Amino acid sequence: MTAALEIQGLRKSFGKLEVLRGIDLEVAEHEVVCLIGASGSGKSTLLRCINLLEPIDAGRVTVLGEEITARGVNVNRVRRRIGIVFQSFNLFPHMSVLRNVTLGPRKALGLSRAQAEEQATALLDRFGLAEKRDEYPDRLSGGQQQRVAIVRALAMEPALLLLDEVTSALDPELVAEVLDVIRELAAGGMTMVIATHEMGFARDVANRVCFLDAGQILEQGTPAEIFTAPREERTQQFLQRIVDAGRL
Amino acid sequence: MIILAFALFIAVLRSLPGPVFFPVRLLAIAYADFFRGIPTILLIYILGFGVPGLQLAGVPNGEFFWGTVALVLVYTAYVSEVYRAGIESVHPSQNAAGRSLGLTHGQSLRYVIVPQAVRRVIPPLLNDFIGLQKDTALVALLGLVETFRQSQIDVAGDFNFTPYLATALMFLLITIPMTRFTDWLISRDRRRRQAGGVTA
Ligand SMILES: Nc1ncnc2c1ncn2[C@@H]1O[C@H](COP(=O)(O)OP(=O)(O)O)[C@@H](O)[C@H]1O
Ligand SMILES: [Mg+2]
Repeated sequence: MTAALEIQGLRKSFGKLEVLRGIDLEVAEHEVVCLIGASGSGKSTLLRCINLLEPIDAGRVTVLGEEITARGVNVNRVRRRIGIVFQSFNLFPHMSVLRNVTLGPRKALGLSRAQAEEQATALLDRFGLAEKRDEYPDRLSGGQQQRVAIVRALAMEPALLLLDEVTSALDPELVAEVLDVIRELAAGGMTMVIATHEMGFARDVANRVCFLDAGQILEQGTPAEIFTAPREERTQQFLQRIVDAGRL
Repeated sequence: MIILAFALFIAVLRSLPGPVFFPVRLLAIAYADFFRGIPTILLIYILGFGVPGLQLAGVPNGEFFWGTVALVLVYTAYVSEVYRAGIESVHPSQNAAGRSLGLTHGQSLRYVIVPQAVRRVIPPLLNDFIGLQKDTALVALLGLVETFRQSQIDVAGDFNFTPYLATALMFLLITIPMTRFTDWLISRDRRRRQAGGVTA
């Protein structure tokens, strides 16, 4: 079976700062991988490199058998198959919810307006957002906005979904509704790479957890291995800080 | 209208990414710098008197026509800068969101960036248009100068202020209501924003 995602020797610097220092990671189809690690360890950069929002300095990224970091690859075509949801939602403020969700399918996939709206309406309905169809983003709660952002990514029917700390900008009482959506996606077999600070959630939902430290995957394993018996001292320290902060 | 469309075009050219578009960006920058740097009155004189003076075949010869061309060139430069500021004020994460959906750079500009930029620049644009109203007087001046020269030839030394005063008065009559109207639009816009309107 081909891996959904395969990363080999990925390096990325911003100026003199080397943010990713040789990342190797393989994600099977239907697998859910959580990236944990301190702020600044490179989680967001890694996700942005995977869908080519950041140019990489060295290494290869392969999605469903196609090397997307090869020369001459059409980045727009690649991005259509890889969804990403950002910490800060990044909905389009000048468009209604429906237009936010249908923009990609219509303009990038070439669906007709009717097709795109029908599909969008079904998705919004599935995630309890049907009556928000015609609202503008600033009329929605943070949790609703983030769920719309997830629906917007799903409307492209991605083969791979990247989630970058999607609950970090939310009020605590709104976190659960968003995590429930992701759990449902995981149960439905969506292949996902999730950067998160929600350790309890990672333990529930992940097939595998990767601990990122200073731009390298220092340790990876099943949630049980990482959370109950971490081998690396840095992992232990990181988890201890999380426990001390009352987040595990 | 020409100015609005042309200026947006220049601003978009200037925002094109990558080394391939470097010459295009450079041209757009040169355009904006040149026509903003040159005194409007000078350009109006150069084009308004110069081009008809060349007696070129196949181009219009009216000094009013060329005066208008001069104004369009200058204001396009100013307005394109306003647009550019608007485009740059849209957070890069909006472009990232657009591109991550597989939109091309052009599509992301068209559907995501420019609509937000244009909404933001409406008040400063209105101000530019008051300036434009006023500078139209400069074009009218071409005709006056022409008259003036004629009159100098006809009756040397007999200087007549009346046409100048009359024109000044006419333009005040137009620009002052325009200014008030713009102030009103701006304050209405501000009230709407505060009321939590369409722009977030
Ligand atoms: N566009 C950028 N330019 C310069 N430095 C950046 C940029 N994006 C991220 N960084 C730096 O890269 C490092 C890793 O950042 P990031 O990937 O956001 O980490 P994380 O998501 O794990 O918190 C940080 O030191 C950050 O300051
Ligand atoms: Mg981050």
